[in-house]
Amino acid sequence: MHIVIIGNGVAGVTAARTIRKRSDAQITIVSAESTHFFSRPALMYIYMGHMEYQHTKPYEDWFWKKNRIDLVQARVDIIDATAQSISLNNGTTLSYDALVLATGSRTSFYDWPGQNLRGVHGFTTLQDLAAIETSSVGARKAVVVGGGLIGVEAAEMLHSRGIEVTMLVRESAYWTNVFPPEESAIIGGHLVQHGIDVRYNTQLKSIEGMECVRGVTLSTGETISCNIVMICTGVKPAIDLAQQHGITTHRGIHVNEYFETSSPNIYAIGDCAEQNGIVELLWYTARAHGAHVGAVICGDRRPYVRDVFYNSAKFFDIEYQTYGTVPADLKGLESFVWQHPRKDQFLRIVHSDGMVRGFNALGLRLRADVCMQWIRDTANVDVVLRNLKQANFNEEFLAWEVAV
Amino acid sequence: MTTINIMLPKEITDRNQLPMHERIGYGMVALAALILLLGAFGGPLAAHPAIYCFLTIGLATIGGLTVILPRFTQLPGIKNNGVMTSGLTRRGLLAWMLGIAFTAFFIVLYWYPELLGQMVASVDPISWTIRGRAADRWFLYGTLYTVSVLIMGIRMLAKYRHSPYHLVRTVSVMTSQLVLAFVIPAILVRLDSHEFYFHYFWPLKPEYLFPSSLHELFSSDDKLIVFMGFWTVMMSFIAVPTLTYFFGKRWYCSWVCGCGALSETLGDPFRQNSDKSLKAWKAERWIVHGVLVFIVLTTALIWLNSFLGGELLGQWSASWSKAYGFYIGSLFSGVVGVGFYPIMGSRVWCRFGCPQAAILGLLQKWFSRFRITTNGGQCISCGNCSTYCEMGIDVRAYAQRGEDIKRASCVGCGVCATVCPRGVLKLENQ
Repeated sequence: MHIVIIGNGVAGVTAARTIRKRSDAQITIVSAESTHFFSRPALMYIYMGHMEYQHTKPYEDWFWKKNRIDLVQARVDIIDATAQSISLNNGTTLSYDALVLATGSRTSFYDWPGQNLRGVHGFTTLQDLAAIETSSVGARKAVVVGGGLIGVEAAEMLHSRGIEVTMLVRESAYWTNVFPPEESAIIGGHLVQHGIDVRYNTQLKSIEGMECVRGVTLSTGETISCNIVMICTGVKPAIDLAQQHGITTHRGIHVNEYFETSSPNIYAIGDCAEQNGIVELLWYTARAHGAHVGAVICGDRRPYVRDVFYNSAKFFDIEYQTYGTVPADLKGLESFVWQHPRKDQFLRIVHSDGMVRGFNALGLRLRADVCMQWIRDTANVDVVLRNLKQANFNEEFLAWEVAV
Repeated sequence: MTTINIMLPKEITDRNQLPMHERIGYGMVALAALILLLGAFGGPLAAHPAIYCFLTIGLATIGGLTVILPRFTQLPGIKNNGVMTSGLTRRGLLAWMLGIAFTAFFIVLYWYPELLGQMVASVDPISWTIRGRAADRWFLYGTLYTVSVLIMGIRMLAKYRHSPYHLVRTVSVMTSQLVLAFVIPAILVRLDSHEFYFHYFWPLKPEYLFPSSLHELFSSDDKLIVFMGFWTVMMSFIAVPTLTYFFGKRWYCSWVCGCGALSETLGDPFRQNSDKSLKAWKAERWIVHGVLVFIVLTTALIWLNSFLGGELLGQWSASWSKAYGFYIGSLFSGVVGVGFYPIMGSRVWCRFGCPQAAILGLLQKWFSRFRITTNGGQCISCGNCSTYCEMGIDVRAYAQRGEDIKRASCVGCGVCATVCPRGVLKLENQ
């Protein structure tokens, strides 16, 4: 049995590892981006000089041979679902018994005039990082378009090299499609503290320049001169390959609860998959998909059931963790909110009908297992508040000052 | 016309351009080091110890603080920008130069003290003040060591001031070095008592449990010296296992120990250079436990020899322990342990050579409540924890599997938990 996985991000690699743990099948991972698996969320730290590329590899290079996982760095040109084989741009053809598409996502460009100029970058791949590195030489000023998670990472990266950053946010506050107003205000203030020029209610109209970026024009009519434009307005599933070879796609590649696509023996997981109309562009989700599809391929055919939602991020110096349901619009929900009078520490516990639904923490570390169990059990919010100390995952000596 | 291209170290080229006050500060430290070296040739400096002292220890302190104090005004948070692109912190030219300078200093100190010339005069004023006598080379070494720990300790306090754990721990190692390793031994010398280091025990100071030294302590008329005897026995056999049971080896290695004090302060800029490979871990286990076996055998032999009135081994036991002193005490802990900081990271000695760390490590692994716990599935495998582990532990390997970390070598410095951008790691005494 030969299992071929396209994409060596966390989804594909987790699938390969799961399969190896459960079976002796031949496993090949194909990626055009890199030979070895690296941590995509760590790309920003390479740019900032916290780590080198080799540090971002979660497994040493001998790991793959030892676990008999073949790595091929090449682009897949053709999927032949009838012959059950794929053709690579290096001329080789691989036949498979099961094919896993874990092609991830790519930066969404919205056809802005000038978006192909040198100095305009998305930020999802190793190649993007190399290009940004090149553009950064001698750069003084950058415009970051979009204020989501990648936008903040981009701002922090460029800022770390002494490049002035202006950030364009379409909404009237920071990340309002995810954050309730209090969280938005804290992060917005923190960005300003770090010297980021944040422009709310502002969109990109066009990018100016002859060959290289010289500046941008904003929806407000203002122009800003800059050497770098970072497109951080979101990512979209990479579905071209599937689409071209007759696999049903919509926003992502259509899969059922077993991650099976419309073609037999072809699976899709991670950012590129669409399940029940939902595309979840999340690192943690991709990892969960990988583990699940690995089990399915090895004969453990159980439907995928999504666990309690969780996510995390870091906005410059403020860590963020979230568990369960904390919508931006809290209509119909109640929340317990605590904020440190001086420090950037914040906790929100969302509840309805006395039952806990979700947590948002800024500048505080919560214990994942405890919070997720409370949410699964729909624990009473008073019980949660009384036992909040159990959810403390902060370092020692950091007073747990949450006043209840 | 010929042009000469000089390759400047990266620190002074574009990307890591230093602010003016830092250049001045580093310049002062470098000048202080040069002036210290001048004393090797005797001359007017050595004749005026007060001026010599000010132009070396004093100037280095002022220079260090010029660089460091303004950092307290920066926004708190992780400060690792450019660590991997600076030659000083990533095995560049400056790192090698510094490593060679450190190594040369240790070689001269241990084996060619005559080359130091009048350099010891630079600490004479301090020695007279607290010890009531002239300095010797070990006092020079101790003073430089303590000053390094204090100045670079202040740097740690600035760098990690958002983290209460690092503040408490750093103040602890600084205090331990200043009081237990510097002031108290100096006062003991002044009192013509027994020069004793209360924070070192067997087997880091193997001779502390040798029959001859215990005999000397316990047979003294001076109650203080008898107390030292009780102290060393009590610490080695009772306090070490008890404290390690409750807190792991960190209570010692990153809170009290003098070697740890230097690693956690002077060594901090180099911590990322430790080798994280599985190969290095294998080598570490063989070497550090080999040293432990060596010192246990040495101690046992010496006791046996003492019981048998020296008949069994004769001169042999003496040369055995002398060999230990040379290869382990001097060559390993000094030359390799500190000299190689800039190249192999700040804990070479602690990781590969220290028998105390080996014992504490075995206790920590099999008989301790201490562990680093991980937070569900929040790990993003980024690698900051492993990269900044000075002991070369691949922390991420555990974190990404959601497993607790219970490794013999972990000194509990807590940096992995601090640099984690997702709040995944926590030091706990469960």
